[in-house]
Amino acid sequence: MEVLHIKNYEKTGVLSISNLRLPTDDQLKKGVAIIECVQEIPCNPCVAVCPVNAISMEDINDLPKADFNKCTSCRQCVGICPGLAIFVVKVKDEKALITLPYEFLPIPKVGDIVTALDRDGNSKGDAKVVKVNQKEKTRVITIEVSKDLAMEVRNIRV
Amino acid sequence: MRIRNHPIIDFKKKREISFYFNKKKMYGEEGDTIASALHANDVKVLSHSLRYKRPRGFFCGIGKCSSCFMTVNDIPNVRTCITPVKENIKVMEQDKGGELPNKQFINKDKKRIDVEIVIIGSGPAGLMAALAAAEQGASVLLIDENHMVGGQLVKQTHRFFGSREEKAGMRGIELAVELMKKVVEYKESIQLMLATTVIGCYKGKKRHNLIAVQKLADGDQLFEINGHKIIVACGALENMLAFPGNDLPGVYGAGGVQTLMNVYGVKPGKCVLMVGAGNVGLIVSYQLLQAGIMVDRVVEAMPKIGGYHVHAAKLRRCGVPIYTSHSIKEAYGKEKVEGAVVVKVDDYCQPISGTEENISCDTICLAVGLTPSIRLIEQIGVRTEFILEAGGHVAVHDSSMQTNVRGIYIAGDSSGIEEASTAMIEGQLAGVSAATSLGYDKNASEVKRKCRSALKVFRSGPFGEIPRVGKEKIACCYRNGGLTY
Repeated sequence: MEVLHIKNYEKTGVLSISNLRLPTDDQLKKGVAIIECVQEIPCNPCVAVCPVNAISMEDINDLPKADFNKCTSCRQCVGICPGLAIFVVKVKDEKALITLPYEFLPIPKVGDIVTALDRDGNSKGDAKVVKVNQKEKTRVITIEVSKDLAMEVRNIRV
Repeated sequence: MRIRNHPIIDFKKKREISFYFNKKKMYGEEGDTIASALHANDVKVLSHSLRYKRPRGFFCGIGKCSSCFMTVNDIPNVRTCITPVKENIKVMEQDKGGELPNKQFINKDKKRIDVEIVIIGSGPAGLMAALAAAEQGASVLLIDENHMVGGQLVKQTHRFFGSREEKAGMRGIELAVELMKKVVEYKESIQLMLATTVIGCYKGKKRHNLIAVQKLADGDQLFEINGHKIIVACGALENMLAFPGNDLPGVYGAGGVQTLMNVYGVKPGKCVLMVGAGNVGLIVSYQLLQAGIMVDRVVEAMPKIGGYHVHAAKLRRCGVPIYTSHSIKEAYGKEKVEGAVVVKVDDYCQPISGTEENISCDTICLAVGLTPSIRLIEQIGVRTEFILEAGGHVAVHDSSMQTNVRGIYIAGDSSGIEEASTAMIEGQLAGVSAATSLGYDKNASEVKRKCRSALKVFRSGPFGEIPRVGKEKIACCYRNGGLTY
């Protein structure tokens, strides 16, 4: 039956780690873009914006693929992705820096303590805002959480 | 009910406009329509039904559904969702079939306009058609029944997908402004007629004939418009869903709500139930959150989310649940929506009894698909076919977007439900094709080739499958004279 082929995220709208291609610990220390775009939609601004050609796509309908070794974690793709599906994660000692797109009010300030949310919208405790880029309407915000939440936290509540 | 702070749109307070609703003085703001001004005053009941006197509110917000008819300055059946509010106008609930007074028309004589290409609808398809035809050198008349250009672009606050050439990464609201600027640059060749409804469409030997009514400050003016080529780009209307209570004020089309909050800056309510998890349902839910409105949940009758995962993910990480295999069973409330009952459905979309859940909400948004607007082209004798993948009855057209009636072109959602990006390309293709058939040619074949290859790219992924099949069936019908099921 067709129903059997439905992937879990197609039912819930929430990805699990197994749906993603993961970087190694060393790559995470350097900082990499995690692209949470798992469906072939005709879209390629991330490929066009990447200054080091770390994101590739053969055809516009392909999935974007990040070369974790090439990626310099410059964060430009975070703000450009129309699907708000790219996050930059960098692990530093016991902390993880997560850069995410944010399109709500109020806009937090550097130093603010906000609530970190996972892909389900559940609270994962406090996060410290370390960087806010307000150039575009889609703000690009970097928060600091504990290292074990690096691949879980994907949103904030201010 | 006004939105003052918004992360994407700048809603400044504008000049106040006073008007009367059922003899009570109320205030709207410059730029409001009558319906949005009433909503800002928390008036959701716009009329009562003729026989059973059931309360009626608006539904589509773009002048398509006739649910917002009211009497304005003694003129009945005014579509208040697209009629701007003006100082001291008298708006009355219309609970009976109205009588048309003589004063509606300024004079009984019609004015005549002759032009090469007439384009009906100034959405993404119509605007691109106008620009493409003007670039080729043709003179164009662009008509829209709204009081602003842009069609549904003006409420799209999210970034568009696509490639850089197709303006990916731009928001619809920015795109509408950019296209309008270009139209102004071509003011020698593009004439704009807003607040104008085309009410008749007749086939001629050399030229086709349109009858239109323009709303002017002191009354309506009738026009006879003769065009060598006509491009119909009048979009689509939102689908209704059958359930008890679906006529209560507070049950809106998701697009209607998007118009209300993103164009006029008015909140539809405080707590929303979204029905349908296609892209429209997902995007509008997210935009409701951005406007500071609570979304209780999204229900989707199909076993999987129909829209892009990335849109669903945005919503989920804000904490909004999406219930697949669930649908609305009924809406309840006295004069307007006070709540709804949702229910789990089986693989055949049948409700499973015992799984009902009561939800307290004041707004229900229906995002259950769109139907192409084809009334005008049907009138002129264009052949239509029922093609499920294209959204219902659509005009059969060739690869230049020309229908079986020579000189009548179609583009955008009215030629099959798709995205704004494909509507723009189709519009461009129709505009160039119409201009070349008049003898203009500025590298036209290259423009057409580019359009066709861009359309092919957009329709080649898994999400492009439905429109691709729809367009293949349309092509099949054009050549072979019809589909048999």
